[in-house]
Amino acid sequence: MSDHESTYVPKTGIEKWLDTRLPIVRFGADYMSLPTPRNLNYWYTFGAILTLCLVIQIATGVILAMHYVPSTEMAFASVERIMRDVNGGDIIRYTHANGASMFFIAVYLHMLRGLYYGSYKAPREMIWIVGCLIFFLLIATAFLGYVLPWGQMSYWGAEVITNLVGAIPVIGEPILIWLRGGPSIDNATLNRFFSLHYLLPFVIAGCVVLHLWALHTSGQNNPVGILIPKDRLKKDTVPFHPYYTVKDGFAIILFLMLFSVFVFFMPNALGHADNSIPANPLVTPAAIVPEWYLLPFYAILRAIPDKFGGVVAMFGSIGVLFILPWLDTSKVRSMRYRPTMRTFFIIFVIVGLILGWCGAQLPDAPVIGNFKTFILIDGDLNSYLWLTRFATLYYFAFFLVIMPLVGLRETPRPIPATISEPVLSGAAAMTAAAPAAAEKKG
Amino acid sequence: MILQTNIRAMKKTLVLITAAIGLSLAAQPALAAGDKPKPRSGGFSFEGPFGTFDQGQLQRGYKVYREVCAACHGMELMYFRTLAERGGPFYESGQASPAENRFVRALAAEAQIADIDTETGEPIMRDGIPADRFPSPYANATAAAAANGGAAPPDLSVMAKARSGGADYIYSLLTGYAEIPEGLQIRPGQYYNAYMPGDLTPFMPDGAKVPPGGFIAMPSVLFEGQVTYDDGTEATVDQVAKDVSAFIAWASDPRQVQRKQAGMGVMIFLFLFAGLTYVSYRRIWKGVAH
Repeated sequence: MSDHESTYVPKTGIEKWLDTRLPIVRFGADYMSLPTPRNLNYWYTFGAILTLCLVIQIATGVILAMHYVPSTEMAFASVERIMRDVNGGDIIRYTHANGASMFFIAVYLHMLRGLYYGSYKAPREMIWIVGCLIFFLLIATAFLGYVLPWGQMSYWGAEVITNLVGAIPVIGEPILIWLRGGPSIDNATLNRFFSLHYLLPFVIAGCVVLHLWALHTSGQNNPVGILIPKDRLKKDTVPFHPYYTVKDGFAIILFLMLFSVFVFFMPNALGHADNSIPANPLVTPAAIVPEWYLLPFYAILRAIPDKFGGVVAMFGSIGVLFILPWLDTSKVRSMRYRPTMRTFFIIFVIVGLILGWCGAQLPDAPVIGNFKTFILIDGDLNSYLWLTRFATLYYFAFFLVIMPLVGLRETPRPIPATISEPVLSGAAAMTAAAPAAAEKKG
Repeated sequence: MILQTNIRAMKKTLVLITAAIGLSLAAQPALAAGDKPKPRSGGFSFEGPFGTFDQGQLQRGYKVYREVCAACHGMELMYFRTLAERGGPFYESGQASPAENRFVRALAAEAQIADIDTETGEPIMRDGIPADRFPSPYANATAAAAANGGAAPPDLSVMAKARSGGADYIYSLLTGYAEIPEGLQIRPGQYYNAYMPGDLTPFMPDGAKVPPGGFIAMPSVLFEGQVTYDDGTEATVDQVAKDVSAFIAWASDPRQVQRKQAGMGVMIFLFLFAGLTYVSYRRIWKGVAH
């Protein structure tokens, strides 16, 4: 943590020489001996999993870029050629394509973990904010990458998303043309998207360094959510290696098993069949839908009747995450001790899923059965349009109303003084009477 | 007590998040399905994690493509050599390379390929070689559309990936030219198919039950005994449709069986690795309360 003293002693001559010039071995050694709260559960392994995801995406992406042809005439065929004629190309390409989905599964769980245990609260605001930035860059990178195979969904997805910029009053239209490199999506668009898709992952990698720097400055949060007092450091922490390298390692292998099921046995299950049809600007697909991981935001976009309003709401739904540390008024970090908030959190997760579900449906389609109720303003009440609107309302209310109010009004459960208490002595120590007994056991 | 509640809460969260992933996955087929009728299963040998292609079926399927489909549909991403790649219809275990496969050389030579004479620069037609692509039936997309009432027949190279339902869908569509529902107004140059995605509501009399399916520009092209199979298999419409669907499924992803086999090895490796890592984890954390 912040005041973690280096215990590294250079042994060999070259290590001593290097240590006074570029202490890179010391940096690695200090990372490995970092005192880490001993009570981190498996929800805390997604950081390591995400690092691996980024490495996999960059490694496979670099190889794909060697064979991919960024031209509207050849992009689709070149991607297919990679899968047919390049050695191991099918596995590399399917790893990259499914890797995006895996990345998002991990990033959503990682963010929900941060939300649940209050990892965004002081002194960790910067970890959270940089994390939100990474998330935003991830969405941008995934969108740009989805355009590259130049299938029908690539083309029409790019059409819909770039059109959003056109919704901005007055300056929208010129910006739209500037973004696309012309009046419509064409070769210029594909080329710049390829260039940016190659650039952004390295920006993300840079942000990951900042994310970890902030993490190691303010210290790792933990499921109890309390800061570890200096005098408890020895008792309440374990060195990162081997304790968490092995735990993260185990989680990574389980994650790779899920990953492999998709890559090897059902590589197209998460994609849309229409993206295996070459892009055709003259034929609009029956339904234009983004990849599953963007569906909740797509739903929010469509929930607002005004186009520009929809764009504001969609970006707002990500933007609100950045100010989360100041929206939460509670002094208690972990929702373990905030039963009221935990209920709202569970509803939030369900609402997120509902939004994702809504994003994949036609707005006018009925939610329950096949009957109409009554028209509310501009749509039937029994339609995905209204379900999406209610869900969107809850999404924003969760951050802007529930978070500030619950923090002021709730009565949190008693919080243990140290993380060893609940860890070492189980439920008994949690009653105020028994802390002494807990100490003995520890 | 509180700790137990915590564990329960965590479990609940875990269940919820698992459900989250499940739902997100389920959302995909749901949106792809729409109002479409669910395709009939072709009972293909290559389905499932252990499934492999039936080489005889792929050879029959290629013959159907060559003799029937290729009259209108191209397969621009296919090369003759691909037919002799491992897992392909004409692969032989002793072959020096796909390009030297005897069947593929013969099949390629049957095709006439447009080329430029290297001496004179004049356009010529020459015999095909394994390195050639499958020849397209039309000179270009405009010619294809003009010859087919305005809609170019789609390329079949990746057709099994480009339609939800894959090979089952292609099989269902080819055998889905059902009897025309009573009262259905068919547009000229169109045919009714029970598996074609679409909405027939505007073409039915008011109040009538809307049949499944939609209009397709391709007429029913398969008939009994149209292809003569060299292996003696009876060429029923159902058999022909199944064989060509299997061939298209293979062509859409020629490495799928090898990939699944590699995947088995990967899964076994990861499983063992996970076990080993879990044992290390237990050992390292032994005696450390957490």
